[in-house]
Amino acid sequence: MASASTNDIEFRSVTKNYGPVTAVKDINLNVPKGAFLALLGPSGCGKTTCLRMIGGFEQPSEGAVLIDGREMNGVPAYRRPVNMVFQHYALFPHFNVEQNVAYGLKQMRPRIAAGDIDRRVAEALEMVRLDGFAKRRIYEMSGGQQQRVALARALVNRPSVLLLDEPLAALDKKLRSAMQIELQTLQRDLGITFVLVTHDQEEALSMADIVCVMSAGRIRQLGAPQEVYDHPADLFVADFVGKTNRIEAKLEAGGATLRLADGSAIPASKPVATDEAIVAIRPEAIRLSRERVANGASFQGVVTHRIFLGSSAEYAVNVPGLGDFLVTADRSTMNESDLVAPGDAVFLGFDPAAAHVFPASTA
Amino acid sequence: MRALVTFVYVFLYTPIALVVLFSFNAGRNASEFIGFSAQWYGKALSNTFLMEALRNSLIVAFTSAALAAIFGTMAAIGMERLGARTRAVFDGLFAAAIVVPGVVIGIATLVALVEVFGFINPVLAAIWPGDQPPRLSLGYGSIIAAHGLFTMALVTMIVKARIAGLGRDIVEASSDLYAAPLTTFRQIVLPQIMPSILAGFLLAFTFSFDDFIIAFFVAGSNTTLPIYVFASIRRGVTPEINAIATMVLAVSLALILIARFLMREKKKPTT
Repeated sequence: MASASTNDIEFRSVTKNYGPVTAVKDINLNVPKGAFLALLGPSGCGKTTCLRMIGGFEQPSEGAVLIDGREMNGVPAYRRPVNMVFQHYALFPHFNVEQNVAYGLKQMRPRIAAGDIDRRVAEALEMVRLDGFAKRRIYEMSGGQQQRVALARALVNRPSVLLLDEPLAALDKKLRSAMQIELQTLQRDLGITFVLVTHDQEEALSMADIVCVMSAGRIRQLGAPQEVYDHPADLFVADFVGKTNRIEAKLEAGGATLRLADGSAIPASKPVATDEAIVAIRPEAIRLSRERVANGASFQGVVTHRIFLGSSAEYAVNVPGLGDFLVTADRSTMNESDLVAPGDAVFLGFDPAAAHVFPASTA
Repeated sequence: MRALVTFVYVFLYTPIALVVLFSFNAGRNASEFIGFSAQWYGKALSNTFLMEALRNSLIVAFTSAALAAIFGTMAAIGMERLGARTRAVFDGLFAAAIVVPGVVIGIATLVALVEVFGFINPVLAAIWPGDQPPRLSLGYGSIIAAHGLFTMALVTMIVKARIAGLGRDIVEASSDLYAAPLTTFRQIVLPQIMPSILAGFLLAFTFSFDDFIIAFFVAGSNTTLPIYVFASIRRGVTPEINAIATMVLAVSLALILIARFLMREKKKPTT
């Protein structure tokens, strides 16, 4: 197909209302060709509505959705060059694997020759490593296999965009990580634009090359995974993408110094134009030690809980005046003497430059 | 408690068991069992009046059940698209149609048909170009119409339950795979709801085949099997009637069992 645009998908001021409820509010979004976009947010944030508007299952109340440069308002799902992997796979129970995968090709007009359909179905099944399963009934397949059938059924049509609606949510942890890698490999090999909806920030960060964090029908931040994680645009993103410790603070010296709730002061990483601020610091940016650290911010506290995670451990540390902190410690970088247990007095230290400062009003 | 339940079941099934037993009675007397014989079955099957009544019943039951299955399914599909409130109203109306007593339906249908015929027949006579204008009157057509309307509610309820369990996502998946709505219906929805349509058809068939009350009101001078049985009873209960009753019972039970089998919960694909 001749390309009319460098963007596979565009949202132009898209709003979607369900009666009095606004699910999506004035969204503008460009997805370049071949990108892997993750729509990330809590349930009810509008991410699924956005996906369904691309798929054609919902029509925007205002604005327009463009696929490959063509406006899609009013175009039904069955005339759109996109395919979707549904959350519960939505395989046709009365067809076998092969018939499920061939379904889309058989609908295409002008008709595709039967031999070509057979060949493409076989290729697709091979691609998702299900060759030999062609004649199986759907209910004879495990969850992970059904997932791959759904994937083959969508990809066999060579869509310009593949939509994935929480495709891994129903799989167990091990299978999920395997499928994450598989999906990523497929996406790179095929060069098809993937749009993934997920509420799992780890999934979004690990698979996508553009993450779009949403909340309450709006985009909160759009960027590369590392950028979103390291430089969250606001407190919501900082909280939702990864774990965050919050410290209430007042700004002094024209916004250059943060006076924390316990009376101590640290320099602000960037000036903020409010009086009240929230300092956000990642658990892994905090160092845990038995002695006070000379440089940077340092606080004394008591370990209240330890959660052993295998290669790392999470500690809950109560700091008088500041509240509870979550600290992640990588075991490979810890000294034997740093291994602490609940009840131990410890020092928390962090580089003030690694802390993000947000106006308190956005909390 | 258990004794009570036992009593209820004995009370319920003894008469039926007696009918079946006496249908095999070698003697003529309905009150004493002399010996085993199948002669009354032979007699019943060679009775031409009876056979004609049976044929009528089968035609009426098949036609009305087919109409009920088609229109009932269409109603069930149409209702899926209604808003929640409108749908509740229609749900109520369909449920009500099932519990309305047969006598009421019989009278109501009779009155309605007579009124409609009284209005249409003069009109037909006036506009008909030939000498012999067709006259609408009570007959098989009216039984089929009455049974079809009544059993349609039955089909709708059964099919609607299946559609509700179907889930929107396979319909959306079909649409996503380039199938226009009609194709989606034919290839995805219809195969899924077919067992419930068949079940509805069989139940409608059983109902129409067994129905006496409604048929009696609207049959005019025609005879269906239950009407024939009713008429013969006046000449006393013969073992022949018992044989007919037993055959009807067997056929009805078989149809209902098939319907139950078709309506059973399908094994869901594991997710």
